[in-house]
Amino acid sequence: MATEGGSGFNIHPMDQFVVKPLFGDGPIAWYTPTNVTLWLAIAILAVIALLVLGTRGRAIVPSRTQSIAELAYGFVYQMVEDVAGKDGVKYFPYIMTLFMFIVFANFLGLLPMSFTTTSHLAVTGTMAIAVFVSVTVIGFVKHGVSFLSLFWITAAPLALRPILALIEVISYFVRPVSHSIRLMGNMMAGHAVMKVFAGFAGALGIGAVAPIVAISAVYALEILVSFIQAYVFAILTCVYLKDALHPHH
Amino acid sequence: MATEAQGAVEHADGMPQLDFSTYPNQIFWLVVTLVVIYLVLTKIALPRIASVLAERQGTIANDLAAAEDLKQQAVEAEEAYNKALADAKAEAGRIVAGARADIQKDLDDATAKADAEIAAKSAESEKRISEIRASALESIEAVANDTAVEVVKAIMPGAEDGKAVKTAVTARMKG
Repeated sequence: MATEGGSGFNIHPMDQFVVKPLFGDGPIAWYTPTNVTLWLAIAILAVIALLVLGTRGRAIVPSRTQSIAELAYGFVYQMVEDVAGKDGVKYFPYIMTLFMFIVFANFLGLLPMSFTTTSHLAVTGTMAIAVFVSVTVIGFVKHGVSFLSLFWITAAPLALRPILALIEVISYFVRPVSHSIRLMGNMMAGHAVMKVFAGFAGALGIGAVAPIVAISAVYALEILVSFIQAYVFAILTCVYLKDALHPHH
Repeated sequence: MATEAQGAVEHADGMPQLDFSTYPNQIFWLVVTLVVIYLVLTKIALPRIASVLAERQGTIANDLAAAEDLKQQAVEAEEAYNKALADAKAEAGRIVAGARADIQKDLDDATAKADAEIAAKSAESEKRISEIRASALESIEAVANDTAVEVVKAIMPGAEDGKAVKTAVTARMKG
């Protein structure tokens, strides 16, 4: 990863995000297996390895892998219950799916030469829109028109309410944008920064102590960010779900 | 690996994230991925983990209950032991007191019997002594009579008067 052409600052930090077909060099149709497909599949395998193979012992005293699987389960379950409430537990499998996928996609992206699926707006945006649409549908199905009271803040003075309602509506529709760009931006920026430092290291050759130290530091930070962004995505989903289940302030 | 972007012919123009021509592809495979993960989680992983956690909870609760039971049993056993000890002590006290009373009674009986025997023996001895004394006195009197008779006979033959001698002797002895 450290060698980048060899001559000068020939750095292309965005190249790692290019979507390419796995086989051949043709155009990318919707069904073409690409590097995205490959790393999504690896994420599936990683989830299966942890949550299915890791728990195959069903041990009362768990193995290490089973402990981690139980920890992940308990962590997300607790989050859904605390944030969305008891009636939100019904949606726990969906949030668990999102969290496990994002956390593994983020960490797999930290492997050298890998492809970070969650650094793409198409991926994070699809998930954010899916969350937005399902949460809105749940809200209307559960509460009918009174779901709109989410935007009508009865705690505020009457004169302010229309203005607040406008702001609330705008912020409601901005949710999927911030939800998706937050994750995608964090992933892309961290990986691009590492690639830039790697380019410096390649240009400096043997004496590239400073860039390597910097890469290590950024890498450590990225490990933290990978987890936190998965957590943030999941907990925001829970918050939106809570709004849909209990729209009355 | 399929992602050797450096060696590839094309370099990214701007952000590959904004290359909308790849969106259908990414979205399609993402949906496939999420559906697969969701199915794996709901069909296998989550029920399994939930059952393991529930089972562990049950096991822990059972173990705690069993421990509570055993503790209760230990307390009961201690109480029973203390009661048995107290009973045994009381029994031992009773036995000692009974034995002491029996011994005292035996001792008293033996003492009384011994006293009675001693009294009987001393009374008998007394009687025998007084008999002996009486017979001795009689013998002395007889001997004195005889002796006096013989003395009188020796000194003055023919003048012996048994009756008078005897009276004289008796009078002298009483004197």
